[in-house]
Parts: sequence; C-alpha cells; structure tokens
Amino acid sequence: MMAKSLLKRGIGVMLFAVGGLLAPLSVAQAGVDVPKLPPAKGASKCVEDTDFMRRNHMDLLKHHRDDTLRLGIRTTKHSLKGCVECHASEKTGSVAANKEDFCVACHSYASVKLDCWGCHATKPAQKSAQKPAGHPSAVSGSTRAGGDK
Amino acid sequence: MNQHENAHADKSVDTLTTDTATRRDFLKAGAVVAGATLAPGVLFYGVAHSRPAEEPASKAVRWGMLINTQKCGDGCKSCVTACNEENGLSGKTGPQDSQWIRKVDIRNLQTGAHHELPMLCQHCENPPCVDVCPTGASMKRADGIVLVDRHICIGCRYCMMACPYKARSLVHEPLTEQKPDVPRGMGCVEACTFCVQRVDRDEAPACVDACTQAGHNAMLFGNLNDAEGPIAKALKSMASTEVRADLNLNTGVRYQGI
Ligand code: SF4
Ligand code: SF4
Repeated sequence: MMAKSLLKRGIGVMLFAVGGLLAPLSVAQAGVDVPKLPPAKGASKCVEDTDFMRRNHMDLLKHHRDDTLRLGIRTTKHSLKGCVECHASEKTGSVAANKEDFCVACHSYASVKLDCWGCHATKPAQKSAQKPAGHPSAVSGSTRAGGDK
Repeated sequence: MNQHENAHADKSVDTLTTDTATRRDFLKAGAVVAGATLAPGVLFYGVAHSRPAEEPASKAVRWGMLINTQKCGDGCKSCVTACNEENGLSGKTGPQDSQWIRKVDIRNLQTGAHHELPMLCQHCENPPCVDVCPTGASMKRADGIVLVDRHICIGCRYCMMACPYKARSLVHEPLTEQKPDVPRGMGCVEACTFCVQRVDRDEAPACVDACTQAGHNAMLFGNLNDAEGPIAKALKSMASTEVRADLNLNTGVRYQGI
C-alpha cells in the first residue's frame, strides 16, 4: 500500500517536472530568445539528426579527436573540420567570429565555454579561388575527400 | 597510387579550364615543378600503400628521413619556408617563436670542413619527451611519428628540457588564423609532426618536397621498415649517422656526410 502511494506520488512529481521543462520551450518557440543559427551550407542534412547532435556533438568530437590524433584515423564524418565547412556563416565565413555565428550563438545561449577555437581554425580551408589549383595539398585534399564517408 | 593519378588528372583539367594568362602561366610553372617532384613522389607512393581513412596507423610502418648534408644547399632555406607555410608558423626566430625545423651550420675547427643541415624533431624510437611528459600528451604514434596531444598538454615544458635536439617550442601568445589541418594554440608545446596531415594522405612532408623542388634532393622520406623502399636501401648501402647516437634513441631522422 505504502509503496503504491509513494509510486503514485513519484509519478506526479515526474509529470510536474516534465511540464516544467516543456513550459520554457513553448515560450521559446513563441520567439523569445532562442539563438538564431545561420543556415548550414553544403549537404542538406547534418551527419546525424539535429536533436542528437544538439545533445551529443561534444562526445562525438571528443571521440573523433582521440581517434584521429592518437591512432591516425582520418574519417571525416565526425570531424570538427567537417562541422566548420558546413556551418561557417555567410557573413563572417567563420563559426565563431561573432555572436551570431553558429557555435558561439548556441554556446553563449547555453552559457558553456568553448575552448576549441584557441587552436582550431574557425574558417574552412580556402578553396582554389584563393589558393592556386596546382597546390599539392589542395589537390589531394579534394581527391581524398571523395573516398571518405 | 590511384590518388596520385587522380591528382594528376585534376591538374590537367584545371589547366584546360583556366582562362587568364597569368594563371595559366603559373599553372604551367606548377606542372614543371610537379614533374620534378614526380620521381621521389613515385618512390614514396611505392612504399606507402595508401591507408584507408578508417584504418589506424600501423606498427608495420616506421616513417623516417635521410638527410644528405653534402647535397644540402649553402644558405638554402627552402625546407624552413615550406614548413612555416604548411604549418602556419610565423617564420620568426626569436627565443619565444616556434621553429619546427632550422638550418644549422657545423664546422670542424681543425679541418675547416663545413656543412649545413636541417635539424628537426628526430622522431626517436625511444623518445625522452614521451618519457618525461606527466600528462601523456607527448606520444608516439604506431608508425613512429612523435606528436603532442594539445588537448591534454598543460604546457609544463618538461619535454622541451628532455629533448636533446631542442626540437620543441612552446606557443607563448594567442594565435589566430591557424591552418584547418594544423591546430595550434597558446600554452601548448609543439614540434615537427613529419607533416602528419600530408603523410596520412600519401604525401611527403612539406620540407622534403621543397628540397626536391629547389633541386637539392638532400632529403628522402619513407618507410624505414620497407626493406625494398628507397630509404631502407639507401641506409643499407651508405654510411649514415644518428645525431647523438650515444643516447640510444634510435632516431627516425638520419644524416649522411657528417
Ligand atoms: S627529437 Fe626531441 S621532440 Fe623529437 S622525439 Fe626525440 S626527444 Fe621527442
Ligand atoms: S609541455 Fe605538454 S607535452 Fe610537454 S611534457 Fe608538459 S604536458 Fe607533456
């Protein structure tokens, strides 16, 4: 008996909690201050579902960084370079040059400090427009990309 | 090997479709240079067995370099310039500036014999930098390339003290405009990576290509474990030296003529 009523109360608390979570979301959807992210270019779809990426991109990136640096695995699906190539904004050409740019917009909204850009390039590699087409790394970069998933 | 052919095809297509005269001239010049690099390139591909992206680096390979000091050009700095360009280094040579490769003059005071040679991380088999690193940031990849994992380097600089070759530098100031393939930043130690980003796509390090393009052919890069490869053959047939061989580090970089 006791257990049952505790359980009931537990469910009540949980429902309340869920309601509490949903409330700000619906407010947000009404257009208060959710970050407005610049559209991604390139592929029409992200490498994973958007909802999944929102919650898990940091884990994918951390896993990938260790694989790449320590083991030499060079797949491009979960590489930070890939993120930058798609998400650099039209305006600044970067993912983190100003407050509206992709990474910064969300991270300042969520109040989570970003360390990636102390070392990593925030802009995609310059394409052959700026770089001579005969540049060896530009050429093999493009041939290699075709083989990756 | 496929990639190599593709790369070549890409170049000719580009040459055909360009329309401005200066650009075409430039590409022509590039094509000549590419021809010059072809010979070592082919040898390089011969030993590399291009590794698929999802495959980790293998212990079967050990990357190494053989530097012929007799061929190294007097006053030539092509390797240094190419390294700076490839890896986004400033090229400054002050005490707090990063230098991954330097030209060194050596002179025997008794005989007057004079050599120049490029000095870089020797990619030791038993690297003291890795031994002393308290965090595990200094590491050796399975194929013998010694790297710093900047994600966990705390900038303590023990490795700089331990390296007998002064190969490492600490980044002292915040950096911007890094190369997408070569992340670098303040507070981390860094050194020559054998251009790991190029090696992983079957190219030789930038310094080696530059030396060949400058016509000196003083640097040879390849797999030391491949008995039929050019570098193992050269090491077998000619006398070569490890710098500070007395330390028993079994360096990946060897020198001829000193
Ligand atoms: S040369 Fe110096 S930095 Fe390079 S592996 Fe040897 S000890 Fe480490
Ligand atoms: S500076 Fe970084 S890589 Fe060098 S010993 Fe300290 S933690 Fe290791």
